[in-house]
Amino acid sequence: MRKSFLFFLLMLLTGSLVAQENVFKYKTLPDVSLRDLKGITCSSADIHNDGKPVIISFWATWCKPCVRELTAISDVYDDWVEETGVKLYAISVDDARSSSLVAPLINGKGWEFTVLLDPNSDFKRAMNVGPIPHTFLLNGKGEVVWQHTSFAEGDELNLIDLVRKLNRGEEIK
Amino acid sequence: MKNTRYFLSALIVSSLLFIQPLRAQDFLKGSEVHGSMQVDAAYYLPDSKMGITDSTLDGKLIRMNGFTEVNYSLGNFTAGLRFEAYLPPMIGYDAQLNGVGVPYFYVNYKNDFIDVTAGNFYEQFGNGLMLRTYQEWTLGYDNSLRGIRVKLTPYKGITLKGVYGVQRYYWEPYKDYNRGIVKGFDADFYLNDMFNCMKDSKVKLTLGGTFVSNYQQGTTKDVVSNNKIYQLNMPVNVANYGGRFNLDIGGFNWFAEYARKINDPAALNQYIYKNGDGLFTSLSYSRKGIGVSVMSKWIDNMSYKSDRTISNNMLNINYLPSITKEHTYALASMYPYSTQPNGEAGISGTVTVHIPKNSKPGGKSGMTIAVNFSQVNGIDKKAINDTTPIGELGTLGYKTSFLSVGKEVYYQDANVEITKKFGKKWKGIFTYLYQTYNKDVIEGHANDYGTVYSQIGIVDLTWNITKKHSLRWEVQGLWTKQDKGNWAAALMEYTVSPNWFISVMDQWNYGNKDAGQQLHYYLVSAGYTRKTTRVALSWGRQREGIICVGGVCRYVPATNGVTLTLTSSF
Repeated sequence: MRKSFLFFLLMLLTGSLVAQENVFKYKTLPDVSLRDLKGITCSSADIHNDGKPVIISFWATWCKPCVRELTAISDVYDDWVEETGVKLYAISVDDARSSSLVAPLINGKGWEFTVLLDPNSDFKRAMNVGPIPHTFLLNGKGEVVWQHTSFAEGDELNLIDLVRKLNRGEEIK
Repeated sequence: MKNTRYFLSALIVSSLLFIQPLRAQDFLKGSEVHGSMQVDAAYYLPDSKMGITDSTLDGKLIRMNGFTEVNYSLGNFTAGLRFEAYLPPMIGYDAQLNGVGVPYFYVNYKNDFIDVTAGNFYEQFGNGLMLRTYQEWTLGYDNSLRGIRVKLTPYKGITLKGVYGVQRYYWEPYKDYNRGIVKGFDADFYLNDMFNCMKDSKVKLTLGGTFVSNYQQGTTKDVVSNNKIYQLNMPVNVANYGGRFNLDIGGFNWFAEYARKINDPAALNQYIYKNGDGLFTSLSYSRKGIGVSVMSKWIDNMSYKSDRTISNNMLNINYLPSITKEHTYALASMYPYSTQPNGEAGISGTVTVHIPKNSKPGGKSGMTIAVNFSQVNGIDKKAINDTTPIGELGTLGYKTSFLSVGKEVYYQDANVEITKKFGKKWKGIFTYLYQTYNKDVIEGHANDYGTVYSQIGIVDLTWNITKKHSLRWEVQGLWTKQDKGNWAAALMEYTVSPNWFISVMDQWNYGNKDAGQQLHYYLVSAGYTRKTTRVALSWGRQREGIICVGGVCRYVPATNGVTLTLTSSF
């Protein structure tokens, strides 16, 4: 009885909010504790790129499509940065089992992204991410303008096209 | 508990609904609503060759697991809930999940100094050796705490956390002390932030300490063993405490966490009164082009649950992950290791090297080589005296010295993975593994199966046909004289960025000694992705196996049928 009451109210609530589409946009990033590779705590709210676009990619060392995606981006990352000024944050959701493998892996592979650790998936949960890989694109104001789940070869080309659009001031649908 | 739920839901609803009409504009202006959902549904088919009949399926051919989570935020305030439905749970998930409801809801307030959560929460102290609550949807695992959590940042570089609550156990509500009450305190000190003189130091040091206690009612317990009933005295409060450090100098990073648990007689350790110890360390070095990591783990009697009477993998308070490499290729994950909480000594080392472009071995586009070796043994257990067998119920169980290594090998895995590009259109991953799997210990059989020694080879090739179209092949082989013998597997996957994929896979147990079991496990899948929504449909056979994520593993029986997976987030 109480459950159905709660559920009814929830539906009412979401129903009333659906009308206002902008409530579904991430205007700012949630403030969640992350760790950098030196073990220092930082906040997800500090993710920024001096007014230029930001890509946030959720991944893990054991996730094959994630590693394929980041490898594909790594191959062209220098060119991307030079052309568009974009910055990629790779958020590793590796837990205690494999979080100490993250730094050796990214250095071993020669990736130049900023990598942050989310060992109990707090940021992943706050961003409502389910299966990984999951990629967010933020505009210079830090608003999420696009997101995508899974990876297929060629997705990285679409991503950089969207970054170029942002830089031209075009709207992303 | 019902009152709490009622109170909380009333709180969420009142704060959301009733404020809204009053100040609708302001309210909506700063607020955000986000969420995610997933539905997994299956139509199972009987398959006489796999031993699946209507009766093993219990007549329930259509099954569904699903959830929807909604989170609402306004300024410093966040609230959310998750609705789950298992109607009935899919095959391989615990039957106790059967049902619908809202097992997760919370309200949170946060500013620079304080962060308070009422309701359900997921928390990890240090690396989780003493406390970690988390959720893993694909495993049907959720040990969230329901209660209160407070985090304080009283001074720059200091984080204090306190938790107080009861854990989720399927749908069973907490009442009358039917499981333990968990209390925990944790402190983290980031010395570089605390002391100005260390601010610009290349040496980064963090220290942490944890104390956790579980209260379970009942000072005595009757335990049946060898047809006799023993009345044992029970500790009502069981503490688990320890400390950790993380030291970073240049390219080196060294982490260690130690925990000690006081006597905790429980079903999983056959009611012995020995204290538990655990040590986890990792040491890594990396610079551009090379990464080295060594991990070690030593645990003795470290299972820590908020109900001592259960022996399944729910209600874990702490987290004891396996440190062996997690494999995802079908045949490489046929024999996965899972932690033996009653005692194991393990080590794992990984070296990753990138050979740069335009060098002789690297060729035009470079190459990455990763080598990994891990081994887990038992610990050295000695009898406490001449008359008491090792592990005898109601005694101290056994003696062991700290960091002792037993003779019995539980698991060993040596593997090499080479990733290489061939021109602009082709890339390949080549993997070889040699695994030793002590089936009796890992799966808990009584000397029935012995140890499985297997060699596995995998070739994974990707061909970028055009910018948007690509084709991927996997060819895998597993060779062993034990268990079910040799396997071969092949996969072909065609993807069209960014929307479509279709794949065909077959795993063939051609080496099974029982000719009738030399089965093909074919699986055809197709899917469509649009932004954050993904729909996938697959048809075919799934072989029986063990799925592990982190420290928890789940046995999945063989199935045949059609499976639909839908995920989305907003």
